[in-house]
Amino acid sequence: MIQRKQVIPGDVIAKGTYRYGSNIEKRGDEYIALRVGLAEVGTDGLKLNPLTGPYLPRAEDEVIGKVADINGFGWVVDINSCFDGFLPASFVFGREFSPATHDLSSKFALGDMIGARIESYERSRDPQLSIRGHGYGKIESGEIIKISPTKVPRLIGRRGAMINMISEKTGCDIRVGQNGVVVVNGPPEGLVKTAKAIKIVEEEAHSADLMAKIEAYLGGTEVGK
Amino acid sequence: MEGLRLENKKKKLIDDKGKRLDGRKWDELRPISLQVGLMKNADGSAYIEWGKNKIMAAVYGPKEVHPKHQVLPNRALLRCRYHMAPFSVDERKNPAPSRREIEISKVIREALVPAVIVEDYPRTAIEVWVEVLQSDGGSRVAGITAASLALADAGINMRDLVVGCSCGIIDDHVVADLDDTEDKEGSGDMPVAIMPNLGQVSLLQVDGIFTRDQFKKAFELAIEKGKQVYAMQREALTSKFFGGEPMSTEVEEVAE
Repeated sequence: MIQRKQVIPGDVIAKGTYRYGSNIEKRGDEYIALRVGLAEVGTDGLKLNPLTGPYLPRAEDEVIGKVADINGFGWVVDINSCFDGFLPASFVFGREFSPATHDLSSKFALGDMIGARIESYERSRDPQLSIRGHGYGKIESGEIIKISPTKVPRLIGRRGAMINMISEKTGCDIRVGQNGVVVVNGPPEGLVKTAKAIKIVEEEAHSADLMAKIEAYLGGTEVGK
Repeated sequence: MEGLRLENKKKKLIDDKGKRLDGRKWDELRPISLQVGLMKNADGSAYIEWGKNKIMAAVYGPKEVHPKHQVLPNRALLRCRYHMAPFSVDERKNPAPSRREIEISKVIREALVPAVIVEDYPRTAIEVWVEVLQSDGGSRVAGITAASLALADAGINMRDLVVGCSCGIIDDHVVADLDDTEDKEGSGDMPVAIMPNLGQVSLLQVDGIFTRDQFKKAFELAIEKGKQVYAMQREALTSKFFGGEPMSTEVEEVAE
């Protein structure tokens, strides 16, 4: 049985012995919330889903960013965080990369959007990005919508339920970065509907029957109609 | 002679029935209202009206530190600016930071730092702007109260909220929450900021002369009143984030 609680910084989520995730601090035998959010008290574990806050990089996150700078060794990517992502040129051109022979801006120019994965991140250095893997690399087209990074899990939904539903109903291809950047491709009417649906998700992320609400909003629209 | 005459004319701040100039009892707070998240461009914001005080607080960050040489490798740099608008007082105030504002900026920063988990945001800066639109007594504690709400609204990890309240001495009596006149005419002023859940004090200043008993009484009163303000602070924050619709009781449909 999982119990939910609304908490603000300084609130006691539970007493006793639990496993606990981020945004929670242990003080004696009390577990304290560090953010405004919804705490879940499970049989042995505690979780706090914050309702507001910046994006902090985590290894393995998929992010969408914009090339902000190019230096001799790689690209500096704005990933909507307080830290810039760095994509080393050797990750793109391979081991034989040499600043003399390769032109970095021919691959990704200043201002290009790229989908990337966070390869590694630790507190002492800026996060390192990688585009190895399927689907990563330059994003050629699409509308960019920014949402609060804390609402991303809600937009995706359980096993992608929410995002798949919006995608099916609007006929759009939607790509969500963990950093709160969303890229949408599709027919113009679909784009408008998708943008509105995403906005509703963001504004009403805390409400109970969000899936139903979005479904009702998107109503009759089906792929290709 | 002139001085003596003025001395005799000194206003009585508490009447025979124990009421203060604005009709409050000795331990009564001025009316307080708080709002969270009104400014879209800031990462977090709050607005407080405390008596005649009208104060806006905004938080930006965590963000990159400029100039770069100020970067702290293991924690965030918390910057605070307390500023009074030129129209916040009776006579136009020069908008350049005064000696007093620089000092208050410093004490606000030091009142907030123990609550913010700066170690969670290495190499970044968190900026807190406290803008006084209309000023009355006790603007630093009102500023701290609003600033900590703005930090929570920005989603910065905090051990606790910080809440302030001031106490002071007028006509030899310890009273809570001095307004502007009482602050100027009274003989002592003690702003206190606390972290109510942690049970810690993060700001304690004293101006004027307190006896040992008065000090103890004023300090305890400030903490008790601070806890009252905390209840309002809490209400403002929860109504912004959880207000309106009832919450879902089932576990959220979220991605792994």
